[in-house]
Amino acid sequence: MRTPALHGRAEGAEQRPGGVGIMSTDTAVQPRGQVNDHQTPVISVRNLWKVFGPNADRVPGSAELAALSRRELRERARCTAAVREVSFDVAPGEVFVVMGLSGSGKSTLVRCLTRLIEPTAGEVVFEGEDILRADKRRLRELRRRKFSMVFQHFGLLPYRTVVDNVGYGLEIRGAGRAERIRRATEVIELVGLDGYEHSYPDQLSGGMQQRVGLARALAGDPDVLFFDEPFSALDPLIRRDMQNEVIRLHRQVGKTMVFITHDLSEALKLGDRILLMRDGNVVQAGTGDELVGAPADEYVRDFVQDVPRADVLTLRWIMRPSRDADQLDGPELGPGVIVRDAVRTVLAADRPVRVVENGELLGVVGHAEVLDIVAGNQAGA
Amino acid sequence: MATTTMTGSSTRTTPRRRITKPLAVVGLLALWLVAWSLLRGQDMLELPRATLTDLHHWLNDVNDSVGASRNSSPIFLYFFNEIRAVMDALVTFVQGLIAQPAYGRPVPVLGWLGVVALVSYASWVFANWRVALLAAGGFTLFGLQGLWQESMDTLALTLVAVFVSLLFGIPLGILAGVSDRFHRLITPVLDLMQTMPTFVYLAPLTLVFLIGPASATIATLIYAMPPAIRITAHGIRSVPAPPVEATDSFGATRRQRLTKALLPLSKRTIVLGVNQTIMAALAMVTVAALIDAPGLGKTVIKALQTTDVGTAFNAGVAIVVMAIVLDRVTTAASVRAEQGGGDLNPRIRRLLLAGFGLVAAFCSYLSYTYLWASEFPDGGQLGEYLSQGATAVTTWAQQNLADLTAGVKDGVTIMLLNPLEALLAESPWWLMGAVIVLLAALIGNLRAAAVAAVCVGLLVGSGLWNASMITLAMTLVATLLVVTLGVVIGVWMGRSSRVDRVIRPVLDAGQTMPAFVYLIPVVALFSVSRFSAIVAGVVYAAPVAIKIVADGVRAIPESTVEAATAAGSNTWQTITKVQLPMARQSLLLATNQGLIYVLSMVVIGGLVGAGALGYEVVAGFSQGQLYGKGLAAGVAIVVLGIMLDRIARAAAQRSDRAPSANQT
Amino acid sequence: MRSFVGKRVLAGVSLSTVAALTLTACGGSKIESTDAADSGDCGTFTIAINPWVGYEANAAVIAHVAETELGCKVVKKDLKEEIAWQGFGTGQVDAIVENWGHDDLKKKYIEDQKTAVNAGSTGVEGVIGWYVPPWMAEEYPDITDWNNLNKYASLFKTTESGGKGQLLDGDPSFVTNDEALVKNLGLDYQVVYAGSEPALIQAFRQAEEKKEPVLGYFYDPQWFLSEIELVKVDLPEYQEGCDADPEKVACDYPVYDLDKIVSKSFADANGPAYQLVDNFNWTNEDQNLVARYIAQDNMSPEEAAEKWVEANQDKVEAWLPQS
Repeated sequence: MRTPALHGRAEGAEQRPGGVGIMSTDTAVQPRGQVNDHQTPVISVRNLWKVFGPNADRVPGSAELAALSRRELRERARCTAAVREVSFDVAPGEVFVVMGLSGSGKSTLVRCLTRLIEPTAGEVVFEGEDILRADKRRLRELRRRKFSMVFQHFGLLPYRTVVDNVGYGLEIRGAGRAERIRRATEVIELVGLDGYEHSYPDQLSGGMQQRVGLARALAGDPDVLFFDEPFSALDPLIRRDMQNEVIRLHRQVGKTMVFITHDLSEALKLGDRILLMRDGNVVQAGTGDELVGAPADEYVRDFVQDVPRADVLTLRWIMRPSRDADQLDGPELGPGVIVRDAVRTVLAADRPVRVVENGELLGVVGHAEVLDIVAGNQAGA
Repeated sequence: MATTTMTGSSTRTTPRRRITKPLAVVGLLALWLVAWSLLRGQDMLELPRATLTDLHHWLNDVNDSVGASRNSSPIFLYFFNEIRAVMDALVTFVQGLIAQPAYGRPVPVLGWLGVVALVSYASWVFANWRVALLAAGGFTLFGLQGLWQESMDTLALTLVAVFVSLLFGIPLGILAGVSDRFHRLITPVLDLMQTMPTFVYLAPLTLVFLIGPASATIATLIYAMPPAIRITAHGIRSVPAPPVEATDSFGATRRQRLTKALLPLSKRTIVLGVNQTIMAALAMVTVAALIDAPGLGKTVIKALQTTDVGTAFNAGVAIVVMAIVLDRVTTAASVRAEQGGGDLNPRIRRLLLAGFGLVAAFCSYLSYTYLWASEFPDGGQLGEYLSQGATAVTTWAQQNLADLTAGVKDGVTIMLLNPLEALLAESPWWLMGAVIVLLAALIGNLRAAAVAAVCVGLLVGSGLWNASMITLAMTLVATLLVVTLGVVIGVWMGRSSRVDRVIRPVLDAGQTMPAFVYLIPVVALFSVSRFSAIVAGVVYAAPVAIKIVADGVRAIPESTVEAATAAGSNTWQTITKVQLPMARQSLLLATNQGLIYVLSMVVIGGLVGAGALGYEVVAGFSQGQLYGKGLAAGVAIVVLGIMLDRIARAAAQRSDRAPSANQT
Repeated sequence: MRSFVGKRVLAGVSLSTVAALTLTACGGSKIESTDAADSGDCGTFTIAINPWVGYEANAAVIAHVAETELGCKVVKKDLKEEIAWQGFGTGQVDAIVENWGHDDLKKKYIEDQKTAVNAGSTGVEGVIGWYVPPWMAEEYPDITDWNNLNKYASLFKTTESGGKGQLLDGDPSFVTNDEALVKNLGLDYQVVYAGSEPALIQAFRQAEEKKEPVLGYFYDPQWFLSEIELVKVDLPEYQEGCDADPEKVACDYPVYDLDKIVSKSFADANGPAYQLVDNFNWTNEDQNLVARYIAQDNMSPEEAAEKWVEANQDKVEAWLPQS
């Protein structure tokens, strides 16, 4: 069995300056707001393929076909591989972001996870169970109890009121009307839509409609929430509100989330870890600062080029080993502090700031390092 | 002539891509002309009127053996007879409610007042108060025309036919919506049901289901059910994906997906299907009268026997009014189905519901109890006026316009129809067949050519090749006229909503007025001729084409037209460079629908001098020994329709792809 | 705003309706149940109504007599001949009261299936032939002889007749040998099928009005002949058997004795309605009179029948069953 792409790909990062070992990301990155060590993943995806077209089944098994580029594959076998041999793990309680431009296969990937699109090959293990082997009844059961999804175009039913839309999933699983209304009212309040229970979707703004979508997904109390580009149809201000809303909800309910987006800043803002896709392949996976600090290839580098690095990178990425000349009695900060938050301290001090973890001195950060980043110089580029 | 025009348009749409294609078409036509001039009159496969082929004899025998087995065959005893019993009971029941004396009463259960009140109430509940007023007005008009009972008989039959059509049509439509295989399977069956001339199956129906309401209802629903199936399937198929996907993501079963997402989301389209089913059922009113279907159709047919245009027109108006009322009410209901409740406060609405419900119930009670509310009071002179007016107009027209119209007839016949007919019908069959197949391959694709080849084979096999070619010539000329009218009037309507408002009711009338009503005026103006048949076809088909073009032109985004105006285009440039090219899809659809509608009037054409297939079908209906030949002629009409439709579609597909191919 | 107006209108309409109804409801006669129709021993009697006025005249008079004199419940079914004959087999039609020849149907239903029987002549004689409008007979007196038809062929040319003279045929229900006749008589004519009786009538009517030439197939009795007296063209005289081979016909149509056909079971039951049909017999003039009432005086068939019966009690007496 192949090494999961996540691990393999991340190795490229080691060459980066200050590239502190990218450890097994399961443990290295702690999901926001929670401290979990050595947990078994909630979802574990291995060698997942989705090929569209005639003879789709033949592609994953054939080393020759699998090696072809997208275009060659279309010409040779009249197939399109939307997802190619993708592997990753999602830890409990984390926000896992799958990012890519349109056509990269990210939306197909997320649909394969709940088999809204039937994958061609591979395995998707959820809480120890291979979902691809589940029969129809079991799959329905999983969809009803364990997963729920928020869609780009909301997918609300126009002829139902907000409360009936929110209670829709419960209705499908056969809950009684009283229970549906009680639970729907709860989540409507949770997403801040109280007062609109009896409105119809077309009477609400786009942002509010997506809150309905969010509430609908939360109503069934699922273990995992899937978001398929939920905010790309919204205008920027509303989008920011909704992102904050997701962060707030995540803190409040602590669900595992798999989040699809084409927007890097959104990915960096929300994601504990990010998986970057291109043409169905995984390009790189890691935390946001890993992607920015140690792009795996030119594609990723281009991708993250315009990111305000000070907002993403932590001190770990910019510290230098202490030199003899350094006066080591300056202020002390942890390696995980984001550069922007450290600027004031560094600049205010007349000597380098010490980066300390568990009492051990990892390195120092001086004016030069901080200004480099803030001024937008591309480190080592 | 028409053929060259068609290829001409394909030349325009694919100018650069394949320079050889138009040349090939022109070359083919030139070759054809040369071959025609040499071989003209050979192998025309003419069949004298009274002569039958073996196939025709065999079809006669089949028909006879069906009749002979009706008292012994279990299919009759346990299946057809049961169906008949149920249908008869249904129609008799509804007739007893609104149309015919029943239950020991000298009058129906509900009199005019009750019917008007209930129809208006239902229109208000399911649609809005404006159409409720329209319904009340329309139904009262039937009484004033002196046609209350006839109208109610027609309504009863239509209601039952529509009810049964929907009872089976909607489930079949749903099935065709969710299953591709079933969709492919049922489409040709629906084509057949819609294009097979009714005259062909009227007589066998009375053999199987006897003379009576059952046969009339079944004849009606054969024609009325396909729209219900097609439009329901279309509705299900065009439900937007996101809500359905969301439904799946919550673990819905197939049933839940259907009942909770697909059906509610396609409700509006399905109601539109109901609307089309009603229209189709009303279109059959007159024809069904030929097998004793009660109602307005009988009035029309009887009036025709005495060439009483006025009386026929009066009854025709009642049919048109009924169609318009039912159309507007169901259209409004479908809008409401989508938008949900009206703008009334729910509490007030509930109060009004109850209030008006009481009024309607009270009216029904009155009409049950009192004679004045049951039988429409006499003295409605409106029918007289209408009828006299129509007679006067017809007389005036035939006295003052006949010379002009005769000129038009002679012109079109000599310049267009006769040459085309000579070319099509006097070519040897194998030459003509080859030309059709090659043309299909050139302007369409290989698949269209294969279909055309099969169709040519069937036409030859039917024994009616020559008649088919004569009918084809008329059909092409009529379609050319229909498309011309469609473009001219359609663009005019599309550009001005005022023009639209004025013309649209006229189009509705043209579409729903039974052709039998205007047979005599048409003959008066254009004498007994193939051109009269063409005119009848155009009157029926042009409204559809015009409406499609008008809607297409209107659907062009305003910004596009604005941009053209901003660039300094004059009106003519805007029309020819922006609006017509952008409405191309609509033009194609208009051509296609125009063609199908023209074909559906071939039989009516047979009643005013068209001869050929139309006449053979009528003759088959009239004379037992010609039944098989009539059936073969009916099939030939269907085959012509399928052939032209498939070639046109393939050509449209090809020219659709052409611009994008140019770009890449 | 709109809803407000809507409400007002609705409320107004409903109030005024209720008020008006309550006011008018007090008067007016109530609907009484009818007793089951007293149909005597006649029962239900079903007549097929074939679609021409002369037939309707026969049927109306028979129906009127059956209802008033015999107390039958008469059901009329509007059917083309073919379907009406078919109705004998299925037991849905009792009688056809004017039959033009139809030897093929007689063979099928009377001889083969034995579901129908002949109930004798109606006394009306049917004449089929070629006719011209009266103005032509005046203008070209020798046109009524078929030998001169070729002389006038060019007069009858139309866009439909392909350079020859046009001979207009009508409803395909009617017996016609015209294509064979044209061929066998060596006429320079082309048969054009109008396809329906109204189209044929309209063609003749217009021809007379505008003094246009037309030559067409027509028949007597027909109500239209009392509007415009078409003139018959004499074809070679009919001789017994000269029309035996439809391919070789070269003679005029025979004079048809228009008869009545009834269903076998109806005849076997020998009820009063059957006896009425069996006895029914009148003349061309009688039928034309009733047909004119219907077609030109715009009477309903029932009114026309009543008017004729009142004036011809003696004839009606003779048709009634002898009890």
